[in-house]
Formats: sequence, C-alpha cells, structure tokens
Amino acid sequence: MSQINRGAAHLNATVLANKRVGQYHQIVLGIGDLVKSCRPGNFVAIKVGGESSRMILRRAFAISRVAESASFGGTMELIVAPHGSGSKWLCSQSEGSEVDIVAPLGTAFGIPTSPVNALLVGGGYGSAPLFGLAEVLKARGCKVDMLLGASTGAKIYAPMEGKRAVNSLKIFTEDGSMGELGRVTEPIKVLIDQKSVDVIYSCGPMGMLRAISELTDDTDVVHQCAVEEAMACGIGICMTCVLPVKDDSGAISMLRSCIDGPVMDGSQVQWHLVGQVPEANL
Amino acid sequence: MSNFDFSTTLGNAFFNTPVFTASGCASSGKELAQFFPLKDIGAVVTKSVMNKPRYGRPTPRMAETPSGMLNSIGLQGPGIEAFLAKDIPWLVEQNSRVIISIAGETVEEYATLARKVRSVPGISAIEVNISCPNVENRGLVFACDPDSSRRVIDGVRKTIGGEIPIIAKLSPDVTNLPSIAQGVVESGADALALINTVLGMVINLETMRPHLGGKTGGLSGPAIKPVAVRAIYQVHAAMPDVPILGMGGVSSGRDALELILAGASGVSVGTASFGNPHAVIEIQRELRELLIAKGFPTLKSAIGYAHREASE
Repeated sequence: MSQINRGAAHLNATVLANKRVGQYHQIVLGIGDLVKSCRPGNFVAIKVGGESSRMILRRAFAISRVAESASFGGTMELIVAPHGSGSKWLCSQSEGSEVDIVAPLGTAFGIPTSPVNALLVGGGYGSAPLFGLAEVLKARGCKVDMLLGASTGAKIYAPMEGKRAVNSLKIFTEDGSMGELGRVTEPIKVLIDQKSVDVIYSCGPMGMLRAISELTDDTDVVHQCAVEEAMACGIGICMTCVLPVKDDSGAISMLRSCIDGPVMDGSQVQWHLVGQVPEANL
Repeated sequence: MSNFDFSTTLGNAFFNTPVFTASGCASSGKELAQFFPLKDIGAVVTKSVMNKPRYGRPTPRMAETPSGMLNSIGLQGPGIEAFLAKDIPWLVEQNSRVIISIAGETVEEYATLARKVRSVPGISAIEVNISCPNVENRGLVFACDPDSSRRVIDGVRKTIGGEIPIIAKLSPDVTNLPSIAQGVVESGADALALINTVLGMVINLETMRPHLGGKTGGLSGPAIKPVAVRAIYQVHAAMPDVPILGMGGVSSGRDALELILAGASGVSVGTASFGNPHAVIEIQRELRELLIAKGFPTLKSAIGYAHREASE
C-alpha cells in the first residue's frame, strides 16, 4: 500500500480515434506495451491545453478498457464528458495528434480467484471502466449483472459491444427517459436480500458510492468502489485527493485516492467524514 | 562542456547540482523515484513534518487557478518519529541528498524537531518552514512577524549548534521582506528559502462560498514566479552573502535561470512536478545547457548576475 502503481510511465500517446457517443467522447490512445500494465480500475493522467496553456494540472480519467491488435498495437480507451476546459480540450484533439500521459495509475478492481456473482453499478459515465471489468470477470467464469443509472437517458453510457459482456443490464434514470424510473441503488437492496450477489463493483458519483456502502454494511457482500476526488498530480505527491479511511485496526487515515485508490473497500471509507477532518487522535 | 561546474553550497552543505524538489511537492521522494533517480538531482526537500501525526485540512484542498493552483493541505503528515524511522532511511539508501523540512505550532516544537533531526545521519540541511499559510490561525505564521521568526530560528540554532545548515523558509506575504530576512539571519539562519506560497482564495460559483475546505489556500505555480524573482532580488540586494534557495513557479530551465540571476544559489521545483513528473530532472538539464550557452564558466558565477552595475 501507499506505493505508486509500479507500472506507471510518462509518455506521449497518439490519438487513434475520437468519436462522439451521445454526450460523451470515446477516445482511443495508442500506448504500445503499456497495455500490459493496465488493469480495470486504473486511471490515466493527461496533460491538457497544449504548450502555452494556463492549465497547469493534469486531468485524471478512468481507463475504460485496453486492447491489443495487430494493426494498432496496444490501445487504451477513455470515455470523456466535455464539461470543463481540460476535458473539452481533450475532446477536441483530432486523430493523429499526440497527448502527454502518465499511466496506469492507482489501484485496480480486485478480481476473485473463483467464480462469483458480481454486480457492476455505474453512475453516468462512471460506467466506462465497468465494461472492461465485465470482460475480465466473465473470463473468470463470474456471473456479471450490470445496473446503470443517470439523471437522464442522454447521460447513460452503454455501448452495444459492452452489453455482450454482461449477463443482464438494467438502466435507471431519474426522469424516466430511459429504462426504469428511479435510482440505480433501489434494486440493489433486493438483490442483497435475495443473496444473489457476492461482490459489488461500483464507479460513479460519491453519493451513489456512499449509498451502496450503506446497503452492504452488515452484510457479507464485498463493495469495491472507484472513488472520485479532485487531484492535482495523480502520482501521490500533492496530498489533495485524500479521503478518511479506516484500517483493520480501526485507525482512520487520510488516504490518497490516487495511490490507495481509486478502487477502495467501500466498507472502510468513512463516508460521513468526507470533507471533514476526523476528530479522533491519530 | 562536461567540466562545467554546476555545484552549489548552502551554508556548509555542498550539492552537485542546484536543482532540488520543493517541500510539500515531492512527499518523501518515493513517488518521483519511479520517474528518475533521486541521486541525480541536487537534493530532495521533504514535506514539512511536525512533531505529531496530523490529518491536515478538510477537502476540497485544491483549486486550479490561471497558471497556478491553490492548495490547503494543512501539513498532513505522519509525525517526526514515523518519518525518521521510515522515510529518511529509504532516501539515504537511494544516495539522495536530503534536506528535512520541519514545521511547528510553537517555538518549542521547532526546537524539539531540530533536536530529533540533529542526530540523523545523511542529512544535508534542515529547512525551517515558518511560513506555511495553511494553519488554523494566521497569527501562527511566524514568518509574518519579525519577532516570532527570530525566536523560532534562535531556538533551532541553539539546538542544532553548527552541525547542519539551517534554511529559514519565508513568506512573501509581508511588507518588508528584507527586514524579516535580516532578523532570521542574525538569529542564526545560514540560508533562506524564498518563497512559500502566496495566500489566496477562490469562490465556488455553484455554492457561492469559498471553494477550499480551509477557505484560504496557498497560491503556487507560474502565476507567482514574478513574486519570487522580486523577493529573491530584494533580499539578495540587502544581504548578498546569504545563500538563497529560490522557488516559486519554476517550470522550465529559463525560469530557474531567472531566479539564479536574481540571487538564488539553488532552485526548488514544486508545483511543476504535479503537471510533469519529470519536471525536476528536465529543468536541471535545461538550466545547465542555458548556463553553458550564456557563457557562464560555473553556476556560481551566475548567482545574482542581474545585480551587476550597468557598466559591467
């Protein structure tokens, strides 16, 4: 623990594809042999804005999936929402341009050694890394069900090829514009009560991750969540992306979500203390 | 070209090269070691450590600003005992030169920290951070008050004796920086670290409240480089014999050279490492090439060169 991802490297990657998918951009980067170090849950930190930019910090993106092909070599796919000036810049990069990346960073989702019933829960474009994860879990013989939620249908990211990687996929929107009306957390309690899920993998807004942790508390269900905190460096040196996390001895530490995360044990994150400083003595 | 003398000194400490990490921007070195060998740079200046473990300030701790960023970490750290037991032996093993940065809430805490650091083998210097802006009470920023700054350095000096050089890290958020600098030098500082971050604030337009958990934060990055150049120039003019470790927004060899010409004997790279993990080693290479290209026979001959008479 508390070590930078050993596979992390700093290099220039070529944009091989950049296409709009609904409200998102699907961006494919050529990263060569670096794919061998990438695991589902890892992220990439990308320099944005070009040489004379006033944006001095990298932007962190979850790695959606990696692949290797004869024609393109190793590739990394990202799903980017063009919200801020950094992500807009990235989404405006045309095929053939080069971007400066540091990857893979952070922890990965733990993959069970024997087949289990896995439930993958994604909020908004938080679903992106779950499709790559689903492929890995399926290869291990797991049953893979997926729940995706968003405020509205346009914010659901669920590509056709991704649907083939899961046993079932249900979509929930808060305005009912796609799938069922409601929140993605609502069916989880039923699945837990039915004992039809062993491990929940989640990625999305912190409120959703917290709600899932509250459902899995006092159950045998393991909750591995990919957290989202504002980061300046992504490599563990700035100490801005910390979360209060309890270890096995009961001590609470402010852990860096870039090094001890983004994938964390949901039962150890002290959700009620996020944004505060723990009172207890260290 | 290969015999260019790039070495520098701060007090009685010798460094092969003048480019260091900045405290708080390299943790204890382990993370950056994945990108370049730490022994290849001038020194690792570790994150300011306090006597006891500390959680720091609540999140959000960071806001990007035009050509800069605000941070309000609040000196999160493991405490001096764990730091000396775990982090320092590892750094010394890497053959890295090490400068330990300390921070305290009282004059006594600084002296206690200095006593614990004094006997550690392999330490090149001690940085006394009396200017962290992220403390609960702004009255605790010792470097904003001439008398408090003197008392801290005096306490550390008496504890350390003459064994390792003391570098006092000062804040630019004062009216008369040369007089504060003069005070700490008279109290026994061998060198000065200029500048710490500049106090700032960002209002979040969604919540319409201060964005940072700690409300205020320290501004760093290229936005503050001219402040650093000014501070170094002023202090070097007042005390040309006191070595300065310069820092503040350095993100290229050209930036580093500006600080050297203003009077810095060495340059620390901080926020630039957040955007570029190779920043320290790249800036070091660029600075060396620039000094040679400008015709300087040694690094030392460039220190304070901007102060020469018009006729020279």
